[in-house]
Amino acid sequence: MAEEGERKAALETVQADGTDGNCVTFVLHDEDHTLGNSLRYMVMKNPDVEFCGYCITHPSESKINFRIQTRGTLPAVEPFRKGLNDLMGVCQHVLNTFERSMKEFRAQREEEMQ
Amino acid sequence: MAAEGITDTMRDRVVLGEFGVRNVHTTDFPGNYPGYEDAWDQRRFEEAFRVDIIREEEGALEFDMVGIDAAIANAFRRILLAEVPTMAVEKVFVYNNTSIVQDEILAHRLGLIPIRADPRLFEYRNQGDEEGTEIDTLQFQLKIKCSRNPQAAKESSDPNELYFNHKVYSKHMTWVPLGNQTDLFPDADFRPVHDDILIALLRPGQEIDVLMHCVKGIGKDHAKFSPVATASYRLLPDITLLQPIEDEAAETLQKCFSPGVIEIQKIKGKKVARVANARLDTFSREVFRHENLKNLVRLARVRNHYIFSVESTGILPPDVLVSEAIKILMGKCQRFLNELDSVPLE
Repeated sequence: MAEEGERKAALETVQADGTDGNCVTFVLHDEDHTLGNSLRYMVMKNPDVEFCGYCITHPSESKINFRIQTRGTLPAVEPFRKGLNDLMGVCQHVLNTFERSMKEFRAQREEEMQ
Repeated sequence: MAAEGITDTMRDRVVLGEFGVRNVHTTDFPGNYPGYEDAWDQRRFEEAFRVDIIREEEGALEFDMVGIDAAIANAFRRILLAEVPTMAVEKVFVYNNTSIVQDEILAHRLGLIPIRADPRLFEYRNQGDEEGTEIDTLQFQLKIKCSRNPQAAKESSDPNELYFNHKVYSKHMTWVPLGNQTDLFPDADFRPVHDDILIALLRPGQEIDVLMHCVKGIGKDHAKFSPVATASYRLLPDITLLQPIEDEAAETLQKCFSPGVIEIQKIKGKKVARVANARLDTFSREVFRHENLKNLVRLARVRNHYIFSVESTGILPPDVLVSEAIKILMGKCQRFLNELDSVPLE
C-alpha cells in the first residue's frame, strides 16, 4: 500500500500478512510528538479502537510509526481518518473560541479606558 | 460518595505528593471507567471548552485554555516554538569585512536578529535555488565605516568622542528592495524589530560591507526562525485543606505558600486559614517540611486547565502567533487526510 512515484510519500502503511486490515501500522514521515501524541489521544477516544500507540523509530529520522488495532472487523483506516477529522474539528473550535475571546477582551479593555 | 470522589480525583487532578507526582497520565478513555461516557463527543467538548484571556501586554499574552487535554495543549506549545515560520537572515554576502569580528561570527549574529517582516507575505524558497526571487527573499545591506573625529579633544579617551560609527547597531541595516518589491509592498517598512542591537565594534579604518538575504524558515530548522521569546504553559494549581487549620498552624501555613494564596480569617475570635487564590502558587512544597501540616493539605493540579504564557520576539503579535499555530496543526491533519484520499483503495 506504499505510494509510488517520485515525490516523497508522507504516509505509508505496513500490514502483517494474513491479517484483514484491522491492525495496521501507519508510517508518517516528517512528523514527531506534535502530531503523534495529539492524534493518538483523538484515536484512543474512539470506542472501536482496541489499541493505539505511536513511537519514534530513531531520533535522527523524523518519522513515526502509528499503530491502530480495532475491535472486530472495522478497517484500521477508519479510526485513523476519524481521528484526523476530530482533531481538525477540535482545532477549528479552539481557533474560533480563542479569536472570539481576544475580541471580547479587547472590546472590554477599550470600554474600561473610556 | 467517597469512592466517587476518588475516581473523580484520579480523572481530574494530578496530585503532588511528598515524594512524587500521582495520576499524571490521562486515563479517561472509553472503557477505563465503568459508568463514565468517555468516547469523543464534539458537542460535549464544545460545551466544556473555554478560553479566558488574562493579560495582554506589548509582546506578551497570558491566557487560559480550559477543557482540553495535555496532548493537544502540548502540540500547540511545540508548534509555537518550532513550526510557526518567520523571516531571518540566512545568506550573508561579505564584500568587505576588516573588523575584528570574523566573517562567520558576524554572519551568525546577523542571523539571530529578529526582522520585522510578516512571513505570511512571503513564500518558502525552493530547494536548490541559490539566488532567490522577490517573492521569497528580503535583501538588507549593512555598509558602515569607522573614522576618526578630527574635532575630538586631545586628551579624551572616550570612544564616543574620538570616533564616528564605531558601534554597529541593527539600525544601520537598510532594506534593499528586490525586483518589484517596491510595488508589491508600497508602504512596508522592513527592518529589524529592535534598533539598538549591537552587532560589532569598529575602530578607524575598519569597515563592514555586507549584503544579506532573509528567507522564510521554521524553528525546527534553526532557532533563529522561532517567533517566540518563549511559549510555555502550566496547569492550574488546586490546594485543598483537608481539615480546618487554626491559630499558629494557620500562620505557618500562610508562610508555606506564595503570598496571596492563603488568607487568614478571624471567625469567632480564632484565626482560620482559607485558600484565597490557588492560581498564584508556585508549588515549592514547603508544606511537606512541616510534620504537623503535611497531612492536612492536598496539593494538586487541575488536569485540563492550562495557563499559557506566550512572549513574542516582536515579529508578530502573540495572539496572531497562537492563531497561526492552531492553523498549522490543522494543516498537518489536512495533509494526511489528503494523502489517505489520494492513495487508491485496494
